[in-house]
Amino acid sequence: MRPLEALAKVCVDVRAGEPEEGVLGVQPALVAAPASVAEAAEVMRAAAEQGLSVVPRGAETRLDWGTPPRRCDLLVDTHRLDGLVEHASGDLVATAEAGLSLEALAERLAEKGQRLSLDVPLPGSTVGGTIATGAAGPLRTLFGTPRNLVIGLTVVRADGKVARSGGKVVKNVAGYDLGRLFSGSYGTLGLIVEATFRLHPVPAAAAWVTRRVGGPEEAHEAVQAVLHSPAAPSALEYIHPGTVAALLEGVPDGVAARAGRLVDLLGGDARITEDAPDGWGLYPDGTTLIDASAPPPSLRELIGLVDGLQHDVAMTWSGVGHGQIGLPSGMTSEEVGGALGALRDVLGRHKGGAVVRYAPQEVRSEIDMWGPVPSLALMRRVKDQFDPDHRLSPGRFVGGI
Amino acid sequence: MEPLLKALGLRLDALLGTDRVITDPVRLRTYECDGLTNHRSTPGIVVLPDTAEEIAAIVRVCARAGVPYVARGSGTGLSGGALPRADGVLIVTSRMRRILEIDIPGQRAVVEPGVINLDVTRAVRPYGYYFAPDPSSQQICSVGGNVAENSGGAHCLKYGFTAHHVLACEVVTPDGELVELAADGPGYDLLGVFVGAEGTLGIATKITVRLTRVPETVQTLLAAFGSIEAGGTAVSAIIGAGMVPAAIEMMDALSIEAAEAAVRCEYPPGAGAVLIVELDGPDAEVAAQFAEVERLCRDAGAFEIRIAADDAERALIWKGRKSAFAAVGRISPAYIVQDGVIPRTALPRVLARIDALSAESGVRVANVFHAGDGNLHPLVLFDDAEPGAAERAEVVSGAILDLCIEHGGSITGEHGVGVDKSRYMPRMFSDTDLDTMQMVRCGFDPAGLCNPGKVFPTPRLCGEVPGVRKGPHPFEGKADVF
Repeated sequence: MRPLEALAKVCVDVRAGEPEEGVLGVQPALVAAPASVAEAAEVMRAAAEQGLSVVPRGAETRLDWGTPPRRCDLLVDTHRLDGLVEHASGDLVATAEAGLSLEALAERLAEKGQRLSLDVPLPGSTVGGTIATGAAGPLRTLFGTPRNLVIGLTVVRADGKVARSGGKVVKNVAGYDLGRLFSGSYGTLGLIVEATFRLHPVPAAAAWVTRRVGGPEEAHEAVQAVLHSPAAPSALEYIHPGTVAALLEGVPDGVAARAGRLVDLLGGDARITEDAPDGWGLYPDGTTLIDASAPPPSLRELIGLVDGLQHDVAMTWSGVGHGQIGLPSGMTSEEVGGALGALRDVLGRHKGGAVVRYAPQEVRSEIDMWGPVPSLALMRRVKDQFDPDHRLSPGRFVGGI
Repeated sequence: MEPLLKALGLRLDALLGTDRVITDPVRLRTYECDGLTNHRSTPGIVVLPDTAEEIAAIVRVCARAGVPYVARGSGTGLSGGALPRADGVLIVTSRMRRILEIDIPGQRAVVEPGVINLDVTRAVRPYGYYFAPDPSSQQICSVGGNVAENSGGAHCLKYGFTAHHVLACEVVTPDGELVELAADGPGYDLLGVFVGAEGTLGIATKITVRLTRVPETVQTLLAAFGSIEAGGTAVSAIIGAGMVPAAIEMMDALSIEAAEAAVRCEYPPGAGAVLIVELDGPDAEVAAQFAEVERLCRDAGAFEIRIAADDAERALIWKGRKSAFAAVGRISPAYIVQDGVIPRTALPRVLARIDALSAESGVRVANVFHAGDGNLHPLVLFDDAEPGAAERAEVVSGAILDLCIEHGGSITGEHGVGVDKSRYMPRMFSDTDLDTMQMVRCGFDPAGLCNPGKVFPTPRLCGEVPGVRKGPHPFEGKADVF
């Protein structure tokens, strides 16, 4: 049996891939869109029998992240897997299918005054894609990243079997936490089909306290002041150039009092706003996006470095030590490579690192997207267990995994 | 001693010197169990390494000889996760107690695995910081053990578990290599799966923990209710009002009786249940919410509410709760501690079913629980001198776990699976689920020498007799347990 026929037997929505559906230029031979977990399992089983390489696709908001797949025989599109399976509002948990967009999820949760405390920097992005890329925004300050909020995960393995880990309760240490393992795994370990999240109440009030800062030293001092204060911000961001902003959430009286005190603490032109400052929660502009992480004190040197580049470089940085840097299209491959190297030097001194999320094709070929990967050998061994034939998003991840 | 271990002992002597390699049978028995005392096994050899490099060398020696090994911190675990192997080596990290680095601007500290949980907090408290995971044994449990078990505590409702407070670990892999696992690095989040793997994927030798700013204000109240149901109503109302307290704890009449007998906590007489609610955070935030909590408790029928005026009064409120489990020894010769979790909203239904189970079987069950996150610690009481009593208690205990699973919960919220609950894992997970988890195991430890027999069910663990011997718990007086 040919692959198309084999897949058509188990899934109604199977077709040939189109040139514009390429994953970083690699056109899929086939595209299948299963509508249920069971159907997704059948698709994966058929793909295994046919020896097809499989790349998952959500809303394509981050399909250009990472490195291109070596092969893409089958693109598994999750857009029909878009159900909210359960919202147990009294328990503050919700289970959603992988293809549900975070906005649609948020809308449903808001009906009961709750939210998933993850930002949506890219409109339309799905539950599955967000977990697979480990993406988060400013709220990481207080709530962490998908690894902190996923409490149960259902995946389809390379062999088509459905496996669950975690559960529907927040407090649970039974078995290995595959939710954390799959967070940021770029589709290389299995197909994420369903996730259960811990939720939080939508706060009754929110306010931003924003202050202009003059340079690396002032930015560093402002961020440190907020970090070590009792303000307990939900988010703390440095937006390059020159803005430090903290998001305070809670009860109206509490937020007002905390905001007032933070204004006093920060001094300068610090002010309270009801709306987020410009650029809040968005990835910085640029054709190359770099994800950087290092402890908070690295910010000083980081700003110094960015200021020293002879281009208009954009950056947002969460006060807890994680940020994004956008390099403009005007930079040559050599310049990007040079900036990346300098960045890795600075961050490396603080025991951090930098990963390039996306970049133009000509830049990609000149740089190391991932940088040094400690314990890569161990990662390969885990990969070999989950995907012995290397059919799942082959080449999309670190070290060619 | 069998020849294989004897030869291994000589190699370990050469590595560490004889004073840090224990082979004397009397001294070995000190390590025969962890905090779960009904599982016992005298280790073949105990080693007391001082450095990560020594642990790596020990693991390499074991790997070459094909001998299993188990890591142990302070031995306070409650699921037998550090139960030694008679045919293996127990690697005790209690000499590795250095706090290597405190980085306040970076909000982190680097510690060795044997460092006591509370010592991290003590070291950083002068800077206005603390280490958030607070298992009740925090006065003696080790950070390495917290990492293995993904320890929680009363305050994890708001602050999360150890997994959320560990930024990186240096780990000795089952190959005997030293590797660095980081939460925020490129590649797979191996740290995420390592934390909570109960020591089956390797041994943490250096741990970078996140430090949390001490909250500006802490407010604690104790509310007494006529019944568990009324207390449960208050819990639902608090959560339903959109609050995330630092802790919400509940005790039933039987556990109050035990605590009273043990520590004279002087909870309101006649209470069918007491609720402890703690809020922390910025002054203004806590003040507004605390009044609301008080009102919700009264609306739910609280007949007495005590508010801690200071840290001493707060400690008094917590005293009964923290001592409750060890205190049960005062009202029962033996008991089984369960650690099931249910969705919070299922609390009334599940507690009624536990009551019914208790009535039907004649086995008494005391309930102490982290009500905010649905983590139940039912104490199944029995007299181990009475023939068949232990088995009856075990049946009730297992039935409680079934109730948790039936209601969409978990068999363990914070104590871990260890050897104690591995046989219940197939009730919660399918064969495929367990097989998939073990793929990670196979990636890390294909030879299966690193803490074997834990977490995942094996025939060897079937049919072991449960129960705790009468008498003081090994940690009584040293720390609060559970």
